[in-house]
Amino acid sequence: MTVLLEARGVTKHFGGVQALKEVSLTIRQGEIYGLIGPNGAGKTTFFNVLTGLYPRDGGEISFGGETLRLASPHEVAKAGIARTFQNIRLFANMTARENVMVGRHVRTRAGVVGAVFRDRRTRDEEAALRRRADELLRYVGIEHRADDVARHLAYGDQRRLEIARALATDPKLLALDEPAAGMNATETASLKSLIEGLRADGLTVLLIEHDVRLVMGLCDRVAVLDYGEKIAEDVPISVQRNPKVIEAYLGGSA
Amino acid sequence: MTAKHRSWLGMALIGTALALAPIVVGASLGNAWVRVLDFAALYIMLALGLNIVVGFAGLLDLGYIAFYAVGAYLYALLASPHFGIHWPVWAVLPLGALVAGIFGVLLGAPTLRLRGDYLAIVTLGFGEIIRIFLNNLNTPVNITNGPKGIARIDAISLFGQPLSKSVDFLGITFSGVMLYYYLFVVLALGIVFVGIRLQDSRIGRAWVAIREDEVAAKACGINTRNVKLLAFAMGATFGGVSGGLFAGFQEFVSPESFGLMESIMVLCMVVLGGMGHIPGVILGGLMLTVLPEAFRHGAGPMQQAVFGKVLLDPEALRMLLFGLALIAVMLYRPAGLWPEPRHRRELAK
Ligand SMILES: Nc1ncnc2c1ncn2[C@@H]1O[C@H](COP(=O)(O)OP(=O)(O)OP(=O)(O)O)[C@@H](O)[C@H]1O
Ligand SMILES: [Mg+2]
Repeated sequence: MTVLLEARGVTKHFGGVQALKEVSLTIRQGEIYGLIGPNGAGKTTFFNVLTGLYPRDGGEISFGGETLRLASPHEVAKAGIARTFQNIRLFANMTARENVMVGRHVRTRAGVVGAVFRDRRTRDEEAALRRRADELLRYVGIEHRADDVARHLAYGDQRRLEIARALATDPKLLALDEPAAGMNATETASLKSLIEGLRADGLTVLLIEHDVRLVMGLCDRVAVLDYGEKIAEDVPISVQRNPKVIEAYLGGSA
Repeated sequence: MTAKHRSWLGMALIGTALALAPIVVGASLGNAWVRVLDFAALYIMLALGLNIVVGFAGLLDLGYIAFYAVGAYLYALLASPHFGIHWPVWAVLPLGALVAGIFGVLLGAPTLRLRGDYLAIVTLGFGEIIRIFLNNLNTPVNITNGPKGIARIDAISLFGQPLSKSVDFLGITFSGVMLYYYLFVVLALGIVFVGIRLQDSRIGRAWVAIREDEVAAKACGINTRNVKLLAFAMGATFGGVSGGLFAGFQEFVSPESFGLMESIMVLCMVVLGGMGHIPGVILGGLMLTVLPEAFRHGAGPMQQAVFGKVLLDPEALRMLLFGLALIAVMLYRPAGLWPEPRHRRELAK
């Protein structure tokens, strides 16, 4: 299998807090890769560094064979990494459809002149954009909420909308930060089949999740972070039995 | 009747009303009131420009009047005896728009990382800097003529006809203020059109996305730096056009016209009307130009009639009521008098 993402020695600290210590991991094309660890282990920080929201202090990241320099977030999105946020970040006053359309910003081109004169190309682009947005809303199962303002959507639907918006950027890697947080059993089950469907469609998924059953049931491989350090990386079964991992989780909750 | 027919009919009605307004107002209330309408159109253009920055992109700009000043002074310098240059309006106005747009980018660039209050303070500072420059650029080389301002600016003239002189047409005498009215309204409609088109476009959505959540906007691949600069530039361009019109209309400019109070007034039009909602902003601009004027003319005589003498200085009373009205609107209609329907739906809950 080809490698899609490779992180080598990624380091990040906030003042005295060492949030990521020399984290190295490899994600292969087409897999669902889990990133787990106790609260404050540095999982979200890894996402933020990966997507260019925070500059990293050290280490290298290569994506699809190319080195990702200290890129800004929009360049990362363009390169093909899309993400969702742990605490949902939608454009609250825009409709569901508009949210997804914004996600497509990086794959469209119309500028001010096109907007004002609405030439042929702009109209075509806009129409295609709308179609694609509706397709994605249907894909995640909320097409009936297309015209509703994002803030009025139910919690589970907001999570889905965030995924649709991320998919709109045409990513090669989709990074989901605790997508099942706050969901009930039914919602989690349908989220699981949604993520499985994404993989079946050829997408690579990087998943942060606390729901152990979901992680174990979905992921091909799992990495465990503890105090900013990667302490394990393996198939779920082995990770679950790894004494260091058990120690980290028990130590964390004790 | 289809929706399309209805909207055509609506536009025809609005067009007729706009065309007849100065004739009716001029005949019934006099030319002073047509002049008020002229200013209303100018302020609406300004407010629509600021609406792009504040309403769409959510960037609180307290120095917006600076771009009005840039447009006005550019017109004054290039069409007055001050330097002896007399360029025609069709050359000066676009140039003013362009230069103001460049200023928008220059003043916007250092503020890109700032938000909210900090952005407001810094833009306020920039606005004042421009005014202070205009005030002091009379030595060592006299560029702006300092606090005395620039007088005897060429009136705007179209097809060889200076708009300051009246014209007889179809048996009606169109006074200068009426001619200016038509020019301003046509340009204001153009700005409304551009605003509406922008709002419903890829760029407009990117602006709103930044307003709603800048981090998420970045993650969606929006180059927030460029898109914000574009908002500053577009807003400033509209400001520059209105500034040029103002200079040609008044035939006089001085730094006094471009103080902080003016910036705040334009911001009030946007906020009071309904931030980000073009019809609301137009309403805000119209109300905040016409009502204070009505008050200025009405308050004195009314007190005279009721109390037999003028108890409160109309000017002081006007500011007092303006303040109260503002507080009332913010308390009872926080999204503005005519907000976007989706905001209104939220407030009703
Ligand atoms: N912007 C920041 N400024 C300062 N410290 C931060 C910042 N972001 C994260 N940290 C710190 O870095 C460490 C790792 O945080 P992070 O959010 O990455 O953990 P996490 O693994 O996602 O935890 P959780 O499961 O609770 O989401 C924590 O100690 C946190 O307090
Ligand atoms: Mg986290």
